Amino acid sequence: MTLATSLPLLIVLSSLIPGLVIFFLPETAHRLRTSLNMLGAVTKLALVAVLVWGVSQGHTYETAWQLAPGLHLVLHADALSVLFVVLSSLLWLVTTVYAIGYLEGSPHRSRFFGFFSLCVTATVGLALAGNLVTFIIFYEALTLATYPLVAHRGTPEAIRGARIYLAYTLGGGALLLLGAIWLQHLAGPVNFVYGGVLDALPPELHPQLRWIFLLLMVGLGVKAAIVPLHGWLPRAMVAPAPVSALLHAVAVVKAGAFGIVRVVYDVYGVEFTARLGLLTALGVMAAITIVYGSVMALYQDNLKKRLAYSTVSQVSYIALGTALFGPLGTIGGVVHLVHQGIMKITLFFAAGNYAETLGVHRVREMNGIGRRMPGTTVAFSVAALGMIGIPPVAGFVSKWYLGLGAVNAGMAVWVVPVLVASSVLNAAYFLPILYRAWFRDATAPWPAEHIPARRLETTGALLWPPVITASLALLTGLFASAPFSPLNWATLIASREYGL
Amino acid sequence: MIATQLLYGLLGVALFALGVRGTLADGPFLRRVVAWNVAGAGLFLIFVAGAYGGAAGADPVPHALVLTGIVVAVSATALALALARRLKEAARDE
Amino acid sequence: MSDLLVWVVALPLLGAIATVAWPRQGRALGVATALATLGAALGVLAQVMDGTSVHHELGGWSPGLGIGLAADGMAAAFLAMTAVVALAVSIHATAYFAPGSRREGFWPLWLLLWAALNALYLSADLFNLYVTLELLGMAAVALAALGGGRAALEAAMRYLVVGLVGSLGFLGGVAILYLTYGSLHLGTLAAALEANTATWGALVLMTTGVLAKAALFPLHFWLPPAHANAPAPVSAALSALVVKAAAYLVMRLWLDLFGPAVTPAAGMVLGTLGAGAVLWGSWQALRAARLKLLAAYSTVAQLGYLFMFMPLLMVQAPGPARNAALGGLVAMALSHGFAKGALFLAAGAVQQHAGHDRIRDLGGTARALPATTFTIALAGVALIGLPPSGAFLGKWQLMAGAIDAGQWFWIPVVLAGSLLAAAYVFRLLGHAFGPGERANAPFAITIEAPALVLALLATAALGLGAAPLWPLVGGLGAPS
Repeated sequence: MTLATSLPLLIVLSSLIPGLVIFFLPETAHRLRTSLNMLGAVTKLALVAVLVWGVSQGHTYETAWQLAPGLHLVLHADALSVLFVVLSSLLWLVTTVYAIGYLEGSPHRSRFFGFFSLCVTATVGLALAGNLVTFIIFYEALTLATYPLVAHRGTPEAIRGARIYLAYTLGGGALLLLGAIWLQHLAGPVNFVYGGVLDALPPELHPQLRWIFLLLMVGLGVKAAIVPLHGWLPRAMVAPAPVSALLHAVAVVKAGAFGIVRVVYDVYGVEFTARLGLLTALGVMAAITIVYGSVMALYQDNLKKRLAYSTVSQVSYIALGTALFGPLGTIGGVVHLVHQGIMKITLFFAAGNYAETLGVHRVREMNGIGRRMPGTTVAFSVAALGMIGIPPVAGFVSKWYLGLGAVNAGMAVWVVPVLVASSVLNAAYFLPILYRAWFRDATAPWPAEHIPARRLETTGALLWPPVITASLALLTGLFASAPFSPLNWATLIASREYGL
Repeated sequence: MIATQLLYGLLGVALFALGVRGTLADGPFLRRVVAWNVAGAGLFLIFVAGAYGGAAGADPVPHALVLTGIVVAVSATALALALARRLKEAARDE
Repeated sequence: MSDLLVWVVALPLLGAIATVAWPRQGRALGVATALATLGAALGVLAQVMDGTSVHHELGGWSPGLGIGLAADGMAAAFLAMTAVVALAVSIHATAYFAPGSRREGFWPLWLLLWAALNALYLSADLFNLYVTLELLGMAAVALAALGGGRAALEAAMRYLVVGLVGSLGFLGGVAILYLTYGSLHLGTLAAALEANTATWGALVLMTTGVLAKAALFPLHFWLPPAHANAPAPVSAALSALVVKAAAYLVMRLWLDLFGPAVTPAAGMVLGTLGAGAVLWGSWQALRAARLKLLAAYSTVAQLGYLFMFMPLLMVQAPGPARNAALGGLVAMALSHGFAKGALFLAAGAVQQHAGHDRIRDLGGTARALPATTFTIALAGVALIGLPPSGAFLGKWQLMAGAIDAGQWFWIPVVLAGSLLAAAYVFRLLGHAFGPGERANAPFAITIEAPALVLALLATAALGLGAAPLWPLVGGLGAPS
């Protein structure tokens, strides 16, 4: 095994092995568990750094293993997978630190961190998947690894949320599987290739290909929370904050969105999808989801629920960008995969801090919270402004390219109003929070002050992660055109997809 | 003598059918075990009738099979009876 | 080197006799026998790995007169799976049966059962198949009665009657074939067989007889009480191996022997019954109040999948698509063997720990028995057919085959069966992870480890390493 054939496998194993070991550690082995977690996260990041350097130099990395005739497990690094791998391994490291602080002293931590590692293993695996079968294997593994995390608290509400989550995702998984088998029947083993592989099929198969596309999109749309398949997401927010952060920013919804990008670009091919008339349908569904999620977010008083509906809305920007034919739309969608992740994880970290430190769960309890917890609230504000699309935060870059892409694709007539409406709605549900936090005085004592203010407003392990991710959101916006920036990499992806 | 062969063969089929019916019908367990033995005997008869070769001599293979079959049937019957007895004891103990 | 075939059958038989002679050494003798037999079974597997088959005529009698043994890839795969599950069951049983209890009865019967299984896989003629079927049935009934309670005895009795009637049917078919073709040797018969009334009669009698033993819906009624009331190691053996051996025999008969007589329509009948088994068994498993009953109904369902392959194999011409389906069938069968063995052994641990197996009252199990709960979850992955598991590869081939053969209607059944399986597995896990206080009384490693190993074999090992299965079983039943 050379590095070229083993690196993708090593990246997957770097979280799988610590995860499996952690399961069997006794609850009290706190120090060992923390070291293993950090070791895994740092090793993965180092391996990913090698991968990024290699891919940018034009090296190829691929691990392949036969499962059965016509079924291969293929881990392959191309520009798109590298983008997602970097995002997930970077945010995993930050979230691990956060989770260690967040779960300090709570029960079942071995179980939690075991599944937490499996969850990231599955995410990285599906990021590196080189064909549809491998993608499905890790997609289902992700479902299995996240279910216990959602149910972790063991309350009836948590178990109910987890059960609904499971019903949605397994049902979607079944349709995805059927679509993949059908597709393999028509086209043979389906590898992810720039520009897609289905263009060459004879025209009489096109009706079948449309049905398959529908099956695949429904299967992926469940995790990506596209309306009307989004019902599980607001209920799953009963999970502990680090889980919500990971679910909303990196793992689950991202896996769905990433899958949509993969299928459109690397299986069907964006041009072929447009020719089948499917691209517009996808765009309309995405637009409906964007507006619906934002409207629903307006009415939520529970902070995490508001953020959850915001995710429903924001993740569909990725699908929308995919649906805008032309490199600019592609750039906007792909870059939002990263930007939304960084910003949303910041928001969930901050929400977790409010709940853990002061017992604040509702928007109306947040009056004056900026003075009590300035660091967290600055981070929250940066991310919220980014979500609205205010420059120079990263979210602006995404929306700018989406707008350009819409003009370019000749769909400006309805896409631009959707973007504007969504931004107005984003402002309508985020700005009142910021107003309360910064400009209103605290009117009542905090519901339950668990962690008193000392030198820091809360513990370091809780404070630094949102500060770091908020800074990232700012930096990726400010230095959007620097080499190795998300925008730069998304441009590379777009140029390869369109063969420019 | 084809008539002899046919007579025994048909008798075997009749015994088999009666026996299977008795085994499947509701009734005391013992009766069903006996019925099963009747059905088995019917099958053995079919085998032996089929082996009948008149002047040319009989085919030995079915005879060997039937002997083995009888041993199997005896063991199965023994097991059934042991079970029936065990069940009776268990029912009495309760 | 074909002597190994004899040893695979003789070793457990000798072990059974030895444990009768020295009942006090039952545990040591049992595990030693299991290890030796596993070695022999793996030896047979190694011999057929290159796609050949091995034959052995006992005592040098010519084929047709003496007892012939033969192993091809499919036989060797089942032989090896059986040996691995049997070793796990044996190790578990050393700790499961308290000293002085019914342990003395267990070992001889269990080793006899194993000998009968191996002989069934390897038999090259129909009458020997009949004898192995009877041996298997009797050993299984006696084991099922080992629990001793009234429910167990009544279930065993019902099991016995079904088994006896089933063997009668099989023997009737054997008689017809012998009287028509003058041979009992599988190879000779297969070459001589024609599609006529006698052949059809034999096919119907033999298939119905064996299907009753395989508990294919709607002949499954005896299985749940018999499997749910036996001691855990026995349930594991019955559910993972015994019904599977009967299913194996149906495959053999249909693919190897009755090739010229069976029609696509006949395959459709088996497939429909299989689909009924999948839906009904899964639904009943979802409603089961007890863990072992859940596992037993899940066996009814999982056997159904195996028969759903038959209508596809009946219409597919020899070639890659048919081979893919055949391999999928075997992957599915092996995966279920490992997973169900694991689930029943884990259920035994749960039952011993909690004193009952009512699913509603299993709260706290996850905390008290983490390894066993992990085993149940892994076995569940294989039962649902999620990746990585042999069942995932099997279901993929089943659905791909259904599309390939234009038999779309099986696909909703497979998907619905999988979702129902997910529902009953997660219902169980939900209760196990629920709140509840339990004494932390750790088990000996021999109770929990064998089940965990089986669960890992069903998922990780078969899910990622099953590729050699396809070349192994590829040539089966291809018209010569």
